[in-house]
Amino acid sequence: MQTRKLMAGVLVAGLLAAACGSGDEDAGGGGGGDGDAVTLVVESWRADDKAVWEDTIIPAFEESHEGIELEFQPTAPTEYNAALENRLDGGEAGDIIACRPFDISLELFEAGHLEAVDDLEGMDAFDDVARSGWVTDDGATTYCVPMASVIHGFYYNKDVFDELGLEPPTTTEDLHTVLDAIAADGAATPIAQGTVDQWDIAEVDYTGIGPNYWKGEEGRQALIDGSAQFTDPEYVAPFEELATWGQYMPDGYEALSYDDAKVLFTNGDGAIFPGGSWEITGFERDAGFELGVFAPPLPTDGDPCYISDHVDIGMGMNADTEHADEARTFLEWVASEEFAQLYSNELPGFFSLREGAVEVDNALADDFVSWRDDCESTIRLPAQKLNRGDPAMWDELYAVSSEVVNGTLTPADAAQRLQEGLDSWYTPSE
Amino acid sequence: MSDPSVRLAPAFAASSPRRRRLRSPGARALLFCAPALVIYSTFMVWPLLQSLRFALLDDAGDWVGLDNFDKLFGDPLWSERFWRALRQNMQFFLFHCLVQNPVGLTLAALLTVQRLRGANVYRTLIFVPTTLSVVIVGFAWRLILSPLWGIVHTPLLGRTSTALPTLSLISVWQWIGIPMIFFYATLISIPKELIDASRVDGASAWRTFWRVSFPLVLPMFGVITIVTYIANMNAFDLVFTVQGVQAGPAYSTDLLGTLFYRSAYGSVQGGGDRAMGATVASATFAVILVGLLLFFLVWRRRVRTYQL
Amino acid sequence: MSGDEAMVHTDVHVVRRRARRVGARAAVHAVLIGYSLLAVGPALLVVANSFKERQAIFDSPFSLPTPSTWDTSGYETVFDEASFPTYFRNSLMVTLLSVLGVIVVSAMAAHALSEFDFRGRGLLRIYLLAGIMVPIRLATVGLVELFGSLEMINTLWALILVYIAMGIPLGIFILSQFFAQVPTELKQAARVDGAGEWRVFAVTLPLVRPGLGAVAVFTMLPVFNDLWFPLVLAPGESTRTMTLGAQQFLGQFETNWNAMLAALSLAIVPVLVLYVLFSRQFLRGLTEGAIK
Repeated sequence: MQTRKLMAGVLVAGLLAAACGSGDEDAGGGGGGDGDAVTLVVESWRADDKAVWEDTIIPAFEESHEGIELEFQPTAPTEYNAALENRLDGGEAGDIIACRPFDISLELFEAGHLEAVDDLEGMDAFDDVARSGWVTDDGATTYCVPMASVIHGFYYNKDVFDELGLEPPTTTEDLHTVLDAIAADGAATPIAQGTVDQWDIAEVDYTGIGPNYWKGEEGRQALIDGSAQFTDPEYVAPFEELATWGQYMPDGYEALSYDDAKVLFTNGDGAIFPGGSWEITGFERDAGFELGVFAPPLPTDGDPCYISDHVDIGMGMNADTEHADEARTFLEWVASEEFAQLYSNELPGFFSLREGAVEVDNALADDFVSWRDDCESTIRLPAQKLNRGDPAMWDELYAVSSEVVNGTLTPADAAQRLQEGLDSWYTPSE
Repeated sequence: MSDPSVRLAPAFAASSPRRRRLRSPGARALLFCAPALVIYSTFMVWPLLQSLRFALLDDAGDWVGLDNFDKLFGDPLWSERFWRALRQNMQFFLFHCLVQNPVGLTLAALLTVQRLRGANVYRTLIFVPTTLSVVIVGFAWRLILSPLWGIVHTPLLGRTSTALPTLSLISVWQWIGIPMIFFYATLISIPKELIDASRVDGASAWRTFWRVSFPLVLPMFGVITIVTYIANMNAFDLVFTVQGVQAGPAYSTDLLGTLFYRSAYGSVQGGGDRAMGATVASATFAVILVGLLLFFLVWRRRVRTYQL
Repeated sequence: MSGDEAMVHTDVHVVRRRARRVGARAAVHAVLIGYSLLAVGPALLVVANSFKERQAIFDSPFSLPTPSTWDTSGYETVFDEASFPTYFRNSLMVTLLSVLGVIVVSAMAAHALSEFDFRGRGLLRIYLLAGIMVPIRLATVGLVELFGSLEMINTLWALILVYIAMGIPLGIFILSQFFAQVPTELKQAARVDGAGEWRVFAVTLPLVRPGLGAVAVFTMLPVFNDLWFPLVLAPGESTRTMTLGAQQFLGQFETNWNAMLAALSLAIVPVLVLYVLFSRQFLRGLTEGAIK
């Protein structure tokens, strides 16, 4: 009897609370509060940036743009594409869409979900390279405002390096000397990484160290125009290098995720973390030691160097938005110098794609960006055109690179599988 | 034996008594069924048909007949994916059957030991995992099985040979409450007189269980197997949360549910094709139907004596 | 059964048997305690670690928090950063209204299916029950379009309607067996008294209460823990459910384990409380013939 009464009480109370609560929500959401302010919903996969948007970016925008309010609505990165596609198809996605680079957004544009943004004020500050992630194949139409690129590199624990008298490596040979020394010492795991998530091995490792082998853009274009194949030595060699990394990773690395590896590294138990500039904020917050970064090592000393400087995030507008004018106003602000300055400094490691230098007040970010002076930039190998068919090259690369590190696939076989997959649907056009 | 099986028999068996024929029972039935019919048809049947329709269209929305099925079973790439997912899904199901039935029945049998103190507490505790969201289950087991911080240092979830069995066991762990409670419900509804009669005849508790209780529980295996089959063929969340959409390592944990997701929405880097997603979904639906039919043909004939 | 010898003999037997029974009981308890630990261990692990400072989580993840490792900063982060009260309210509303909806709607249909003889009853039953074997996830694309055209995306009602539709087949399946068991005399008596059909329905409803409990639990668990439909149909900040909120939180604080563990711990509690509240009815529902 007691339980039943309690249960009924809880039910009624819950329903009442819920009902009243939702009433409030409706009143707020209906735009009653702030006169006739329009609320733009921003879709993004950058859940990590939520606080920065809410504390800094949104207030800055709202201050200078009365009558427009923003709501940052992130979806976890793994679910973003699917959830966004569903919401766009259902006609209920947010007004502003954070754009993944290349084909994912191109498909959205071709399906009529994104608007062209060429005529927005401020777009002339983005050159062809900056636009490359969000432009139609003929180069005529840009459909997202380029926001930022990220640069790949290796973080290291300076305390561990100092203790063992090690210098950050510049060549592959140096790298192995360093790794062996750390392994021999035994206090820290040489490479903090695991292969269970797969994407980090493919995106961070293979397309991070690879450009030095396939000469950046030259090698990337050669694959696209069919003058080179994955089975050529310059694409196999990075796999051969990766095949040696498993032994430097923690025991059981096959079951460690990217996040596990981050915890391992920031706890001080790992010496080197293959990553990218997007981790600066998190690492500076979590790591209890001095951080350093070094660029992907060179196969041979004195070779020209290449870095992966990947256009990563842009902003576009939902073609179905009811607030097109306000959305355009917001995107013009995203294209402005003010935004570039704000964004780059709030999220060091996301480098503005706008022409003209942006001052970034962060030592690690400076290190990353300084590589642009000496090295040639390129983007991730399969990102453009090679990912359109089936099997998609990203999927294949995820699978084979982690298998190479796990030792369950030889570098030659990995390359073979990539090329066969590509041949099955791709005909070089140029 | 016939007496208890009547008591256990479904309520359907207590067949239609004579009713006064009132004016147009059909109209009244319709009135009572209307809310269920409307909601169910609008928010389940209709969208489902809408979704499956895409299997007969291409990605641009043009009619292509059965071309997509041709691709799924004819194209080496797709057929390899499909059969691999189906095979692994069957293994996943087999693991459930092999582990959850004996364990669930054992737990239920122990819980029904006469005058066992704390039985309610045990029962509630064993059911706890079933109430947890897969987000929590995934997180907790990844921590427990983490080679860095966990209790085993073998990367169980990272090797092609162990990943699927490990995931199956986690899933069994999570859902064991359902078979356990089904068995439990059957066991406690066995008339006490039957058990007592057997005990008075001098049979041990062990013998009594096998001779009296077990045959009466047997039909429950069928119900549980069917429920498990349907649930397993739809499994998705656990693999997605623990191994990600790529169902690694080397697709060794790919199930029909994750294949559907990747086909329809693409993986991390995109590439989804709604038509192929709907095709995989339709094929999954067919697999479930065929399984159910086979089950009813075989199982019902086998255990005809006990009514399901 | 006479004579001292026989008495002595039985005594020895009884003692031996009792000893064996005590031993057997201890074994039964040992097994059940062992399995109970296995069952609640992982959840306890999450809760225990949510009260520990970061370093202690990784140094000794399997120990309980001690005064020196005690740390509630995770909970502070959660309450500062996330709108957990909103998520909680959303989840509660969605879960309770879905359960209520499934119960009312399926009870009515089950009553009709077991009470009235009419042409097409068999077909109607098959149609309504077929949904048990169809995973509604397959209907996602159609659902999004449907709710899009109804302008109901990002409303809790979208979720509630889907969950009610999803729960109807099983609800009818369980409840129709209960309704068929209600003594006919009782309904006839009501009818003779001139009661309308609604009244008859109302009279029978309390008699199938255990069935309602079972339906409630079977509806509640998947609804509260669902990740997929909140993600697709109602991802907005103001309509986010607890499970989705916790999941998003994991993305937001990948390395802030304190906050993650706190968020997960908070997500464990509500459904557990609901389950414990409903569990007696649930069990009665199962034992009184629902699932055979």
